[in-house]
Amino acid sequence: MIQPGLYHLLFISAALFFIGVYGFFTRRNLITMLMSIELILNSVNLNFIAFNKYLWPEKMDGLFFTVFIIAIAAAEAAVAIAIIINLYRSHHSIDVENAEDLKY
Amino acid sequence: MTIGSEILFYLLAGLTLVCGLLSVTTRQIFRAAIYLLFSLIGVAGIYFWLQYEFIAAVQIVVYAGGIAVLIIFSIFLTHQAGEKMPKQKTERKIFSALAVFSGFALAMVQVYQHEFITLNHEAPSPTVRDIGRQMLNVEESGYALPFEVISMLLLAAMVGCIVIAIRERKITNIEQGTLNDEIKKLKNGDKTKI
Repeated sequence: MIQPGLYHLLFISAALFFIGVYGFFTRRNLITMLMSIELILNSVNLNFIAFNKYLWPEKMDGLFFTVFIIAIAAAEAAVAIAIIINLYRSHHSIDVENAEDLKY
Repeated sequence: MTIGSEILFYLLAGLTLVCGLLSVTTRQIFRAAIYLLFSLIGVAGIYFWLQYEFIAAVQIVVYAGGIAVLIIFSIFLTHQAGEKMPKQKTERKIFSALAVFSGFALAMVQVYQHEFITLNHEAPSPTVRDIGRQMLNVEESGYALPFEVISMLLLAAMVGCIVIAIRERKITNIEQGTLNDEIKKLKNGDKTKI
């Protein structure tokens, strides 16, 4: 068995990122698209932590970036869910195909 | 590094990736949320494996505790129980999978071609005391300004959520009629009722 190192973590992070991108492409439901965004943000966090651990172990900058990304993701999820529930109230659907009033 | 630790790493990686994949492919939205929860817990386990306990704890508290519950709540508010999402077009799935695979392959080729200079010495994992000191430090390499900016962002998000969630009070026709009557009475100087 190969000893896990930086490349393994980068592989996991890239795979998680592209899984999120796949979900973002194929889903047409706003909540599941939000879930895909969460997956993408998690992969970015994992990347920061991996680089911090293996390339600059005596510093903590990657760790702080991760903490701030988590805070921003929490704020973003809260606002997005408020918008989604408001959209459901007015349109009775949270499908992106039905939410096209702003287009014209 | 022991064998047990390696096995643990591969188990955590498998949990994260398999649950993430199931989360974006399942057609039942509630199951998607639960798979997402397990994927986030797997990422937290990887942080524990890397001995970044503080980040792992934050991940569990904020993601698994906060965001997952928020998502499940909003699913309950907007979906009927047991309702399946409509099937997607096959060509859309195929083309998305192709785009994603080529992007992943490109990224991995770039990563494996690049030689990272990894340090072999074991640095002590950062303690909460170190993290707190550097986060609120106003000197060089301190993170006091981003900390304050994030606090303003969280306040703005909170106010924004409240503003979005306020339901405008709709005035019905009957109410409008009584309102007009009241105004007429006021104009006529009839203040006995009020």
